[in-house]
Amino acid sequence: MSLAPLLKIEGLSVTYHCAAQPSLRNVSLQLQEKQRLAIIGESGSGKSTLARCIAGLLPRGAKTEGQLIWNGHPDKSHQARFPTPGRDIAYIFQDPSASLNPVLTIGEQVAEAAIRHLRLTRKQARAHARDLLTEVQLPNPDALLSAYPHQISGGQRQRVAIAAAISAAPKILIADEATSALDTITQAAIARLLGRLVSANGMTLIFITHDIALASSLADEIAVFQSGRLIESGKAQDVLSNPASGDTKRLLSSHLDLTTPPQIRRAS
Amino acid sequence: MTVLSQVFRSREGLVGLAILFVVAASGLSAPFVFPNDPLSIVAAPLIPPFTDRALPLGTDTLGRDVLACLFHAARSSLLVGLCAAAAALLIGTVMGTLAGFAGGIIDEALMRITDAFQIVPSFLLALAFVSTIGPSLPIVVIAIALGAWADPARLTRAQVLSIRERDYVASARTIGMHPMEIAFRQILPNALPPVMALAAIIVAAAILTEAALSFLGLGDPNIVTWGGMIAEGRNVLRSAAYLSIIPGMALLATVLGVYLLGEGINKAFAGQGAAR
Amino acid sequence: MGGAGRILRRRLISAIPVLIIVLLFTFLLLENASGDAVDAYLVSIGGGDASLRDSLRTQYGLDHSALWRLWLYATSVLKLDLGWSVAFDRPVLSLIMERLPNTLLLMGSATLLSFILGTALGIVAGAKPGSLLDRALSSVSLALYAVPGFWLGLVLVLVFAVKLRWLPTSGLETIASGKQGFARALDIARHLVLPVASLGLIYLGLFLRVMRSAMGEIWRMEFVSFAQSKGLSRARVVLRHVARNAALPLLTVLGLQSAMMLGGSVVIESVFAIPGFGRLAQEAVAGRDTPLLMGIILVSAVFVILVNLIVDLLYALLDPRIGAGEETA
Repeated sequence: MSLAPLLKIEGLSVTYHCAAQPSLRNVSLQLQEKQRLAIIGESGSGKSTLARCIAGLLPRGAKTEGQLIWNGHPDKSHQARFPTPGRDIAYIFQDPSASLNPVLTIGEQVAEAAIRHLRLTRKQARAHARDLLTEVQLPNPDALLSAYPHQISGGQRQRVAIAAAISAAPKILIADEATSALDTITQAAIARLLGRLVSANGMTLIFITHDIALASSLADEIAVFQSGRLIESGKAQDVLSNPASGDTKRLLSSHLDLTTPPQIRRAS
Repeated sequence: MTVLSQVFRSREGLVGLAILFVVAASGLSAPFVFPNDPLSIVAAPLIPPFTDRALPLGTDTLGRDVLACLFHAARSSLLVGLCAAAAALLIGTVMGTLAGFAGGIIDEALMRITDAFQIVPSFLLALAFVSTIGPSLPIVVIAIALGAWADPARLTRAQVLSIRERDYVASARTIGMHPMEIAFRQILPNALPPVMALAAIIVAAAILTEAALSFLGLGDPNIVTWGGMIAEGRNVLRSAAYLSIIPGMALLATVLGVYLLGEGINKAFAGQGAAR
Repeated sequence: MGGAGRILRRRLISAIPVLIIVLLFTFLLLENASGDAVDAYLVSIGGGDASLRDSLRTQYGLDHSALWRLWLYATSVLKLDLGWSVAFDRPVLSLIMERLPNTLLLMGSATLLSFILGTALGIVAGAKPGSLLDRALSSVSLALYAVPGFWLGLVLVLVFAVKLRWLPTSGLETIASGKQGFARALDIARHLVLPVASLGLIYLGLFLRVMRSAMGEIWRMEFVSFAQSKGLSRARVVLRHVARNAALPLLTVLGLQSAMMLGGSVVIESVFAIPGFGRLAQEAVAGRDTPLLMGIILVSAVFVILVNLIVDLLYALLDPRIGAGEETA
């Protein structure tokens, strides 16, 4: 087992096309395999930009500086193969209603990635999709396969999106504010689901959130962003109980109190 | 002025503006450059273009100066196009605002009427109108407008329906503004931008419809139009094709210019919206 | 599918008041015609005295009041009797039904050409927005849409029929050729190439632009990013996700375009001397044949309503959000 970090980010800066300011400035970060990293910060702090950059989902015309070194292999040829979206990285978006194609069935959208990356046949993919829907705890998976996104609720759509994203069994899961568009009860349920999936499948988790309580319960490590810069990172408990930076302190204090027991208990 | 400058900055807007400038200039300058009646016979018939320096584009079947006709026709085509589009937009926006704002049975009735005018193909409508009332320039303008107002009416109504529920309209209502005033001073100005985007398309369609009507012999017989020129050239297509080709190219260029300018304006508005 | 039935019912119910309005307005318009069919007929036979005119008027019922004639007309329309054509001296409906198939053939072929080619090229252009190919196709489509149809027809006749002599200049088929079956079909097809091209190339531009613009809009939607994040092939993202959703606005345009094309067929049939519905409209105008003109406008309205109905049903078929109603899994 290699001791090199899964991902080493060095001096990363990202400027979107036609943007006056960079969205990310000189970010350096390390991520180990099977780690759970929470990225917190206010809106516009660059959290999503970092996630998209890692996943290779930046829009055309975005300029990047710095390096992303995966598995200790800095050369380009390795980077061309790893990581491949879908096969190596699953990405969950914030708005489940927008993530799903309205005119295709749920079954087709969940099976797509598996057909592409795992080379399954139609029949195998259908069975695989049914299993995935069960894994994300959706009722009546057989009926769901031929149903359409508009026929199910928001929380259920997010479960479908998760199923679709992990369909090809990637090892890295990036959740970009995946619970923010949902009501509180569903938020807790989805966060629980993500925690369980990541443990059960030995995945690395990067999740972006502005919800400190969520971060505290799910994450091993926390990285705090502000105005495109990484202002603090470290073990979750350390960052939350003893923040080193004044900005982090201000960020934490402006949120709901942390003395409330975390809503989700992490499986130990 | 910023919208105008943005139009200048886009390639489409610039080219469109340039083309239309040339066309408008020829139309406006026609009475000065070619002061005589373009329909008057000036030389022997069917002189080919580029052979006689005094007649750069030659003469037609009756011996009339093609270039003079071309210039004068520019006036009528642009005039009809712009007037018909303006009329269509006026009728359409008023109808649409009334329907969207009034709601209920008035809305239903107005929408059925709009449907009726949208369903009958606009060229057939214009054809029937001009042929029954009589082919004169104002009638042609009205005929084209009748076929064109339905789309802006629908669009305006849709806009009004969505704006009607917004906060500034509610506050206008609470301070007791008269409904008509609310409709036309608060709602309509905000409903206009997408309808304006339609304007270029309507102008272009109007120019093409007028040309088709003239081609079929239903235009104003006292005015020279590009469509009429093409119709005459058709009789001698084999021997003097230039008589049909040249006015057609003028038409194509003009319509293209209108479309390009329209695109330029749309981009300028979109840019403004994004900046806001 | 219950949704289809609902759409059908809704469309048909709203069509009735619209048709009544069309009838009313057409009648009012043609009432104002300066001179009527009888006058035109008298001119064509070299004049006639007042008594002949009056007797003809009585014969065609033109001496009654406007309201009475409107009522008569409305009731006979319900019995599918569209009146008598003065210029052609035969029932309007049978005349229209005789000419309509030719126009439907022309329009159908032109629509097929423009829709298939336009959509395909639109997908190609929309697959890589902003690319050189995209911009080139956008320019071409704009130029095509700006061309006057009748002028394009004349140019095509000039190049292909007069100069190159590859295709016939006019007509629907070679007159008195005695051809039957397949040979006849081929002959008609040869005659239709240029008119279909004239009509079709213009709307090709339209479909290209609509498809391209729809795809441009859809590229920005998050489900496309999601599909890309799953690492799907580019072809699949373009076709199954982007284009599949762009098909919906395209369908709407198809409905609108049918009305435009019917109008356009008038000039094209005139240029190519095709004995169709559009040409009939021109002949009705020339002959001041009010009943024929009214019949033509009514039939056009019905045609457009039918086409829009079919488009609505297709839309419901392609968009699962419509008509199916909410079901909770």
